[in-house]
Amino acid sequence: MRALPILTAPAFGLTVQRLCRQLVEDRGDLGETALVGLHPRGVYFSRRLRDELVKITGNDAITYGELDITFHRDDFRQRAVTAPPATTQLDFSVDGRRVLLIDDVLYTGRTIRAGLDALMAFGRPRSVELMVLIDRRFSRELPIQADYVGRAVDTLNGQRIQVEWLESDGIDRVSITREVP
Amino acid sequence: MSDTLGTQHLLGIDDLSAGDIDLILRTADGFKEVLARPMRKVPSLRDITVANIFFENSTRTRLSFELAEKRLSADVVNFSASSSSTKKGETLLDTVNNILAMKVDLVVMRHQDPGAAVFLAKHTKARVINAGDGAHEHPTQALLDAYSIREKFGKVAGVKVAIVGDILHSRVAWSNVRCLQKLGAEVMLCGPVTLIPKYAAELGVRISHDLDAALRWCDVANMLRIQMERQGVGPAYFPSLREYTMLFGLDRKRYESLGKEVVLMHPGPINRGVEISSDMADSGASIILQQVENGVAVRMAVLYLLAAGMDRTGIS
Repeated sequence: MRALPILTAPAFGLTVQRLCRQLVEDRGDLGETALVGLHPRGVYFSRRLRDELVKITGNDAITYGELDITFHRDDFRQRAVTAPPATTQLDFSVDGRRVLLIDDVLYTGRTIRAGLDALMAFGRPRSVELMVLIDRRFSRELPIQADYVGRAVDTLNGQRIQVEWLESDGIDRVSITREVP
Repeated sequence: MSDTLGTQHLLGIDDLSAGDIDLILRTADGFKEVLARPMRKVPSLRDITVANIFFENSTRTRLSFELAEKRLSADVVNFSASSSSTKKGETLLDTVNNILAMKVDLVVMRHQDPGAAVFLAKHTKARVINAGDGAHEHPTQALLDAYSIREKFGKVAGVKVAIVGDILHSRVAWSNVRCLQKLGAEVMLCGPVTLIPKYAAELGVRISHDLDAALRWCDVANMLRIQMERQGVGPAYFPSLREYTMLFGLDRKRYESLGKEVVLMHPGPINRGVEISSDMADSGASIILQQVENGVAVRMAVLYLLAAGMDRTGIS
């Protein structure tokens, strides 16, 4: 496995901060906004965003939830392993809120489709937007695009994007990896 | 720790490893959370058809399975022996093949004969879940009992469980013994000498014929129903119901004399005033209704995990 880093520690943090400021610029005090991170990997990003947004806005009551989409996937029978579900924590109704879905990597768009589906079980949001740390362009299988993008990358089939978080992997880093033939 | 089941069918607890059981219980946690949502439904099985085939009466198990299937968005067809051609002399295999010819992916079956589910699994391409076969196994009941114990104690290993009553005729007892032992619990069987099979001790369980002693030992008492329909066929198993209740029935007086807490379970349907008194069945010590609630989540987990191993193209 060969890894090519595309985002490392100082830039990684700046990217997260930039996305937060962009969000505040667009939405003000985030009163109507609900941040919703997608399990399993999107929640590291969403937790980081929440903490950063509390610092920036001084509002420590930002509406925040985490969504597990395991049971909404359309490919669960084509995958080799059935991952046991994580816990959804969404203790508010999304009715009338401006929801920001948060995930680490946008690739085919199928996870986000499942996330939208799962979200609708919690009410009718006024709007839903999508924030991702990495957008793998030109590889979508569904008409889904992100509204906020940390870094857009062009990748080949067979390449993987690996996002590592300080909280779980001990380092903040994004890299492209590829099986050595 | 594996993330797929090691079996294609759920015919009995014997099919499952401890890892499989753990996976089912963890997956059930996820479904329990789904069932607490405002919209209690997920689309996982929307392209799967399930047939519930019940040759024997059932209220709870059947409703629980049907609800679990519907919460997973599966299509459901129901069949019960009273409204069927089995009365006209059709064999089990013919009945089931006819239903499968209508493209059913998964069969949930209850049958009065032990081994019926195994027979079915051998002769059809559909996945089979045993919802009770004679006095053999009732695996989903054992799984939901284990889930309820795990929820109450935070673990199953090391918990002392007494299974009380008609062990001889009980598939719930056998599945429970197998399941609890795989998870590391200690099991005791308690009942009249005539209702405990002769070689039961060889399963590695404790045997007692004294309810008070069993209750003093255990953390959980699973009070089985006296199967009235099996009494009066052949020799009597005990002289009278009244005597049974005096020796093996749990009432408040007996419970309070213990001076400790015992969690009370019952697989239903309850014969109130026989194996357990009404006030104990409805008391804070009882988790009988939680068992029923957990049953739906556990059955959803079983259906989901079996479907996950299913090839999308061309089963049945």
